Amino acid sequence: MSKSYTRPLDLKHGLVNLTHGSGGRAMAQLVSELFAAEFANDWLAQGNDQAILPPPGARIAIATDSHVISPLFFPGGDIGSLAVHGTVNDLAMGGATPLYLSAGFILEEGLPLADLARIVRSMAAAARAAGVAIVTGDTKVVERGKGDGVFISTTGVGVVADGVKLSGDQARPGDVILLSGTLGDHGMAVMSQREGLGFASPILSDSAALHTLAADLLAASPGLRLMRDPTRGGLATTLNEIAQQSGVGMRLQESAIPVQASVRAACEFLGLDPLYIANEGKLVAICPAEQAAAALAALQAHPLGQQAAIIGEVVADAHQFVRVATDFGGERLLDWLSGEMLPRIC
Amino acid sequence: MKYVDEFRRGDIARGMAAHIRTLVQPGRQYRLMEFCGGHTHAIARYGLTGLLPDNIRLIHGPGCPVCVLPIGRVDSAIELALRPDVILCSYGDTLRVPASNKMSLYQARAKGADVRMVYSTKDALQIARDNPHKQVVFFAIGFETTTPPTALALLQARQEKLANFSVFCNHVLTPPAMRHLLAAGDAVELDGFIGPSHVSTVIGSAPYAAVATEFAKPVVIAGFEPLDVLQSVAMLVEQINAGRTEVETQFSRAVTHEGNQKARERVAQTMTLRDSFEWRGLGQVPHSALAIHPDFAEFDAELRFALPYRHVPDHKACECGAILRGQKQPQDCKVFGIVCTPDNPLGSCMVSSEGACAAHYHYGRFVQGATA
Repeated sequence: MSKSYTRPLDLKHGLVNLTHGSGGRAMAQLVSELFAAEFANDWLAQGNDQAILPPPGARIAIATDSHVISPLFFPGGDIGSLAVHGTVNDLAMGGATPLYLSAGFILEEGLPLADLARIVRSMAAAARAAGVAIVTGDTKVVERGKGDGVFISTTGVGVVADGVKLSGDQARPGDVILLSGTLGDHGMAVMSQREGLGFASPILSDSAALHTLAADLLAASPGLRLMRDPTRGGLATTLNEIAQQSGVGMRLQESAIPVQASVRAACEFLGLDPLYIANEGKLVAICPAEQAAAALAALQAHPLGQQAAIIGEVVADAHQFVRVATDFGGERLLDWLSGEMLPRIC
Repeated sequence: MKYVDEFRRGDIARGMAAHIRTLVQPGRQYRLMEFCGGHTHAIARYGLTGLLPDNIRLIHGPGCPVCVLPIGRVDSAIELALRPDVILCSYGDTLRVPASNKMSLYQARAKGADVRMVYSTKDALQIARDNPHKQVVFFAIGFETTTPPTALALLQARQEKLANFSVFCNHVLTPPAMRHLLAAGDAVELDGFIGPSHVSTVIGSAPYAAVATEFAKPVVIAGFEPLDVLQSVAMLVEQINAGRTEVETQFSRAVTHEGNQKARERVAQTMTLRDSFEWRGLGQVPHSALAIHPDFAEFDAELRFALPYRHVPDHKACECGAILRGQKQPQDCKVFGIVCTPDNPLGSCMVSSEGACAAHYHYGRFVQGATA
């Protein structure tokens, strides 16, 4: 008997509907024609409910991240590439080499299949570029109005070499704080798109996988205390978290913190502070002072770290304050973000 | 950033501060109120107090739009927002202002209210066009700076016959508040005003003349950048030393004597003076706020939804009132930084970054704590 004919998915004009999540043929077709085809690897090809992976041979790192960004597509990236980069970076910040990802999709009824295909292709490309395989996944469809187009949840598995121990509680007075590049690019790219602000020169998101940059840094500074990617809440929030975990204070030099002129202008215009804006392709690192020069050189030698800079130092402070010496000549407190970042009125 | 960085140069600031030190007369006190939250923010953000001699005291004024919004008005906005047929639009900071029963517009959102943050009244009009079956209310707050955009929205709504759009008007006026501060029985002692910046681009410098003359206080209209503030302080010190009580404009790159004539006309066409309005911290202030003009009554949310006004007293421990009148400083408040923080504000001064308490909390706290 010949295999019964089914029309291929209409990736040009089709829409996600509830049958795509119901467990029937439509769902099987979506999985095989889109997800398995694009993510293309042996584990997915087997079509089992789980991926059975070879023994890793080292300590395992695991991280998970859910992505709910609106708009789905923004200058410099989209939710698909972001879902790969976000989780890869969470692994990388612990010194792990990322190997595998799982991907859970929550699709909203009515999402154009063309959009979904664009997202899945972008995700596949980002995973290939990062050298990770998306080995298992899940798809659910929610009724129209109960989602925001698509939510993507990814979990990553990586391995950590012996001897690597990075942790937020290891910053010590005298240590040096490094930043891998300009602040605020992702947040302002998304905001300009969301608010329809239409700046003359578009700001591009910095969304990128940081694991090779992190590996180079770790090789150059074996005593590295910790790495973090300053995503939501920006640099200010990340440094306050570290200060609290390590029980230290920090002192930064405002003039040393790289911010693109267009991002500075957009922030100024909206009454926002770039130090609180999200990044998706930057890392903050803290290392012993004697390794700072080597660490900086390693960052700057990598394509994602060309604008890296030493931005300050860790100090003893019972209040765990993060302070910034301003270009103006004073000092200000870089506090936790309160509530949401909101523009001022007057 | 061109035309911004020039006004934030630390080397020039230190030069100006040195100049101010040569101007002040020892033994004389200079108590200067910066009216606007924008100035409060700049002073805290750039640590200007530390640059000035000890006998110049900067006193924070009530010019923070969300700080002076009385609880009763926020309660009304929340009540409106919770109606299933309403989409309430407002500027960002307003969403966090604490109201009665531990509510805020943020909380209302979590309870299902459709509250949208907009950057411009044009966004609110667009939301009204996009949602013809919903009532779209613009929660209008702010000083004279934000009145022209509201006026334009009213004119545009009339032109388009946007029947589902209305404005809940809470615009307040600067000169009557200055007058009220100076005339109050328990008024704080002041020697001069660092006058409003953006407000004055709209109303001009002329309206302050009566205040300067009647109360014999110099006013210098100042820009919001740190060098603007320092230059204005120098100008005030010179006036005080010479016994002059004039209105001078430091922010001359944007402020003229008569202000923005077109903007003022649009405001006069669409809004009318209220007999009295409650300010948080100041109480009822006569002729200090605007309502929708009777000609535009069809777009007045207060009439459309028959909103009653209820006065709601501040939290007992909250000193926002005294702080807004310049009588106390944030650190004088018992709950400052303990029960009242930017994440859980008790009073409105802790909400907006223009509020005296939030500015001190974010930027000045370490000065107190640094001794440890």
